[in-house]
Amino acid sequence: MSNVVTDEKIPNNVNLSSDRRLQRALEDWQPNFINWWMEMGPEGFQQDDVYLRTAISVDHEGWANFGYVKMPDYRWGIFLADPVADRTIGFGDEFGKPAWQQVPGEHRNTLRRLIVTQGDTEPASVEQQRLLGLTCPSLYDLRNLFQVNVEEGRHLWAMVYLLHSYFGRDGREEADAMLERRSGDPDKPRILGTFNEPCQDWLSFFMFTFFTDRDGKYQLLALSQSAFDPLSRTTRFMLTEEAHHMFVGETGVLRVVQRSCELARLDPNGDVRAQGGVDLDTVQKYLNFWFSSSLDLFGGEISSNAASYFASGLKGRAKEEKQEDHVALTGTYRVPVMKDGRLVDEDVPLRAAMNEILRDEYVYDCQRGVDKWNRTIKEAGVDFELKLPSKRFNRAGGIYAGMRFDLDGALISEEAWSAQRDRWLPTDADRAYVKSLMTRPVYEPGKMAQWIAAPKQGIKGTPLDFEYVRH
Amino acid sequence: MTTPEAIRFETSPAQYRHWRLEIEPESGGAVARLSMDVQEDLGLRPGYPLKLNSYDLGVDIELVDAINRLRFEHPSVKALVVTSAKDRIFCSGANIYMLGSSTHAFKVNFCKFTNETRLYLEELAAESGIATLCAVNGTASGGGYELALACDEIVLQDDGSTAVSFPEAPLLAVLPGTGGLTRVTDKRKVRRDLADVFSTLAEGVRGRRAVEWRLVDESVSRSKFDAAVKARAAKMVARSTRDAQGAGFVLPPLEGSRGPTGSRFAFVSMALDAERRVAEFVLKGPSGAAPASAEALRAGGTAQWAVDFWRGLDDCLLDLRFNQPELGLLVFRSEGDPAAMRAHDEALAKLAETDWLARELVLLRKRVLKRLDLTAKSLFTLVEKGSCFVGSLFEVALASDRVFMLDDEDGAVTVGLSSANFGPCPMSNGLTRLETRFLYDPSLVTALRDAPAALDARDAAKRGLVTFTPDPIDWDDEVRVAIEERTSLSPDAMTGMEANLRFAGPETMETKIFGRLSAWQNWIFQRPNAVGQRGALTMYGKPERAVYDYRRT
Repeated sequence: MSNVVTDEKIPNNVNLSSDRRLQRALEDWQPNFINWWMEMGPEGFQQDDVYLRTAISVDHEGWANFGYVKMPDYRWGIFLADPVADRTIGFGDEFGKPAWQQVPGEHRNTLRRLIVTQGDTEPASVEQQRLLGLTCPSLYDLRNLFQVNVEEGRHLWAMVYLLHSYFGRDGREEADAMLERRSGDPDKPRILGTFNEPCQDWLSFFMFTFFTDRDGKYQLLALSQSAFDPLSRTTRFMLTEEAHHMFVGETGVLRVVQRSCELARLDPNGDVRAQGGVDLDTVQKYLNFWFSSSLDLFGGEISSNAASYFASGLKGRAKEEKQEDHVALTGTYRVPVMKDGRLVDEDVPLRAAMNEILRDEYVYDCQRGVDKWNRTIKEAGVDFELKLPSKRFNRAGGIYAGMRFDLDGALISEEAWSAQRDRWLPTDADRAYVKSLMTRPVYEPGKMAQWIAAPKQGIKGTPLDFEYVRH
Repeated sequence: MTTPEAIRFETSPAQYRHWRLEIEPESGGAVARLSMDVQEDLGLRPGYPLKLNSYDLGVDIELVDAINRLRFEHPSVKALVVTSAKDRIFCSGANIYMLGSSTHAFKVNFCKFTNETRLYLEELAAESGIATLCAVNGTASGGGYELALACDEIVLQDDGSTAVSFPEAPLLAVLPGTGGLTRVTDKRKVRRDLADVFSTLAEGVRGRRAVEWRLVDESVSRSKFDAAVKARAAKMVARSTRDAQGAGFVLPPLEGSRGPTGSRFAFVSMALDAERRVAEFVLKGPSGAAPASAEALRAGGTAQWAVDFWRGLDDCLLDLRFNQPELGLLVFRSEGDPAAMRAHDEALAKLAETDWLARELVLLRKRVLKRLDLTAKSLFTLVEKGSCFVGSLFEVALASDRVFMLDDEDGAVTVGLSSANFGPCPMSNGLTRLETRFLYDPSLVTALRDAPAALDARDAAKRGLVTFTPDPIDWDDEVRVAIEERTSLSPDAMTGMEANLRFAGPETMETKIFGRLSAWQNWIFQRPNAVGQRGALTMYGKPERAVYDYRRT
């Protein structure tokens, strides 16, 4: 495996000490990152010991090292997956040629844009979640929140490493700008709209980590195919960390659902809300909201940008190696489009449909999580099924934006939409209710808030009453 | 890719095939006569007989050489008569079959070169005191009349058949593209409606009407023609301000080597990298003491920096234009002693106040720099350690689309200005490169006159003289990526973009010729009505008529 250096300020396997240029750039950037973290990171817990996983290398043993650490002292490192010997470009016009170890000048600006857009979401999500700790349902969840936060911070480092390493002065300026934008700030907002909404409550946090972080996972999968080898190696390692975020989301919602079923049984009228839980109707509304807004992050269904990224080898499909045709010049992909007020299937040139192909893989992956939630509901003997809405439902971007579709994807009128909107999406009252469950934090080891079930097991073999955060 | 047989631009009167350059003894050496006598079967390439004094690039290469030799080798000459050695035909312009069998890129560069040559002819009169008279002793059509238009005065033989004409639009569906349309209205100030009639009248205009329409200055019968030409030439000599004391330079062939991988001259080396599509230049500054007197200047001969550097650079530029179509980016580095560069500039400037030969060297520099501006390749300058971008050489940087300057820690990398940057090297737009650069605030140019001799990267950047100033750590990558990015962009879009961005500021006849006339001509050259299967250029000389698509764009 690669040579790992952990005794430096910045743990890394990129031989940082031998690269004066990079070292200087990152050491200049580091204090600004810490300032940003102190200002915009988790509010109220910066001096606490937190039981965190720290990556100190990329191999099986080293990437998950557990121990207490104060978050500002977390050792955000730079890790690239080990290089694949003689790696060649896996798709597009340059298929089969050697992967790039340097940024080709031709693609510099596009690559920089892709990396900046991906990188900007990492600090944005930390900012969105900075107040959540104050209403945590358990120390276990609090710790998971912080684990997600520090790893988003590390993912920012990963993208900043690329910017500093390969994009010269422009790259450094972009890296600085990552720390200057602020989620929700009207004057200097984060790049993607979704990342400017604060994460108000823990149900939203679980939905976010399940749905929105999963978009991140699929973007990373697509970028891990990139002809630009350092990007590929960086994103490949990020994916191992991203899995934990999916886990937090999937088990978080699952525990809410499980608790909801338990409370339904406890209540004489089956009224979950009367017992201080989140009813499954409300879970479904949150699901509808977060699924649809995360779908927007994939970009337009028919996209010349996506085609161009694919053609030039910058961004591939999620599991390109499983595809047969890596050039994708001849095939088509079926996309329902609006023609004369009706939905008509259109065969779109494959390259132009790359966003939609990635989106469909994502939907398939989401469904697997929803199936697990439904099994829990069924096992509890409750007659309810959570469902992913149609891809067309409640979209703000792409070809379905500006029109109204029901949960099954049927085109409906504005009146029909208005009449049913409150049954499909969280209302202000729903949000207020969910927030009302989470007014006070639970800091007692082993204890869970009323609205959520305990997890099956603790972190890394620890008992559930382990003091994950010493607050 | 190098074409199998590269086109070269050096020649000498002994090698001329198509022109005769004579100094008329009865004028006391004051009148030169340049007679066109194109040899039909001696075209640059086979496949097109050069009938009726029609020309190709080879004919024009000789014309440029003749103009240059008049400047440098013949100080006694005060007037030039351009005429034809053939009977009843002056010149019928660029050869149509040559154009028809050329690539688009060649046509464009051919036209550019002939346009530059016409401007050199005009400069001969305006700047060197050698007035020019065109003795149109037979029909001058198309490029033939355009050659006449580039002279100060035109005398037309009145014999009932000799005409001046622009048959391009009616016969060939293209334009008179060597400045003709521009000069008719802007130089000779022909009324626009008459110019419109003239430019669609294939047979042209003869005799008195040509004078009335201002197309020529005088129309003279065949028997009195020679006398009239002589009288006008004598008047030109009398008016001339050329006061050529002392000998000139005989221009020898340029010392050095040329080949498919590059050229190497005493002060200019050019390495061609076909794979990266980049030509890497190293420009060497002068060394040794600058000539302090007119005598010392002559003693320095043609091997001295002020002659050889510009000849070498000019040769490389023409080589790139015609022989290296795929090389899209020129990267300039320099080396030398900045103080020596400045000293040479100032010495030449001082000599040029009184010495005609020094003045000719100033003009040579101006022409080559204009050639650089007009070259359809991207231009990057890299200012690194040991470089010598000062004064004359800094004009190369100012001509560049971008300037990268190393911001080193000890401030040893500098650029500097000299008097050469403040007037003697105007661009086609009539402004200096500094004036063009700082159109938004002319006071910046004034402030630069008092700038320190050596400006480091930060100072140069602050004063707007350079584009980017990477430090030593970033330098290699920034430069590599910038070059790769540039060469990846569409060559057509870059050509168009650069031609637009380089020439900010006022329009002149020159900018109209290179910007408006050439751009339209190059567009027409691509259109089916000219070059399509039934286009007029394609059908020329064939029994069928051209068929036009009558939709206007």
